[in-house]
Amino acid sequence: MGKIEDLQVINGEGYQLSSLEKVIASARANSVWPLPFATSCCGIEYMATMGSNYDLARFGMERMSFSPRQADLLIVAGTISKKLAPVLKQVYEQMAEPKWVLSVGACASSGGIFDTYSVLQGIDRVIPVDVYVPGCPPRPEQIIDGIMKIHEMVKHESLRRRYSDEYKSLLNSYNIESNEE
Amino acid sequence: MKSKLTNEQVAERLQKQFGEHIKSVETPYDFLTIEVDAAKLYDIIFWLKTDSELQISFLTNLGGVHYPDSEGREFAIVYHLQSMVNNFRLRLKAFVSKENTEVDSIVDIYAGANWMERETFDFYGITFNGHPDMRRILNEDSMDYFPMRKEYHLEDATREDKDDRFFGR
Repeated sequence: MGKIEDLQVINGEGYQLSSLEKVIASARANSVWPLPFATSCCGIEYMATMGSNYDLARFGMERMSFSPRQADLLIVAGTISKKLAPVLKQVYEQMAEPKWVLSVGACASSGGIFDTYSVLQGIDRVIPVDVYVPGCPPRPEQIIDGIMKIHEMVKHESLRRRYSDEYKSLLNSYNIESNEE
Repeated sequence: MKSKLTNEQVAERLQKQFGEHIKSVETPYDFLTIEVDAAKLYDIIFWLKTDSELQISFLTNLGGVHYPDSEGREFAIVYHLQSMVNNFRLRLKAFVSKENTEVDSIVDIYAGANWMERETFDFYGITFNGHPDMRRILNEDSMDYFPMRKEYHLEDATREDKDDRFFGR
């Protein structure tokens, strides 16, 4: 179980004081539901990360969400061809806010060795990415490190961030409509 | 198992039937390879399938080759055919120029040629007349060139981080 380090509380008789923002952020960080978008060997390393040896469930990530509607974290592991790019973008768009993206491995991050006509040269050409994990493929330790970096971001993210103009302009730069009403 | 047919027998029978439409006969690695007139491809493949002696009635593979330096014969279409009955394999080749990359589709002889012809079109831009659905099969539909032609850089042109200065090129 992940620790709730940054949560400062004041305990009194019959009450407990804290910042609501930090409580929510902490709850989110310890129950990130990942959507694995695994296409190749990085996906195999990701499966090892999920397995009992490395055990992602320790971080409150027991449940893989294969529906983007219930997912918080999109984990893209593997080569994304140009033909697949619109599918990936659609999956990202279907996820509800707040959402994060982890790009696992050289192919997802930059196209990797597949510097060719058919391969997307990094998923950040179609969707915004929060954390990149290098490696070809990265070991489970590296993937866990990336996920813990995501947790750090989630813990320290302002609740207002998704309404900010910067966030909206980031989505606009990818031609993605923000989910906000 | 030995084949019931010899290369010479098959070549002779084809030449007798189609005469000057048979352009050349070779046997690299003992594999009978016959270059034929592109306009006669359909008839020859149909005849090979229906001929009672040869019975070459199975299409193993079909694909394209680009020879950018041979003028007037830039594109080859290669058919690998097999006779299950006679245990005999045959390679048919036809050449077309880059100005006119059209040949007849053999989908109504071999239904299995459907996707192979689409793939050949996708990568080489060779059009198969009479094909029921002549469009790209593997690459994205918005692609505006034929990537296996030896006219394009293999590397993705949209990539910015592979600067020649860093790779000593």
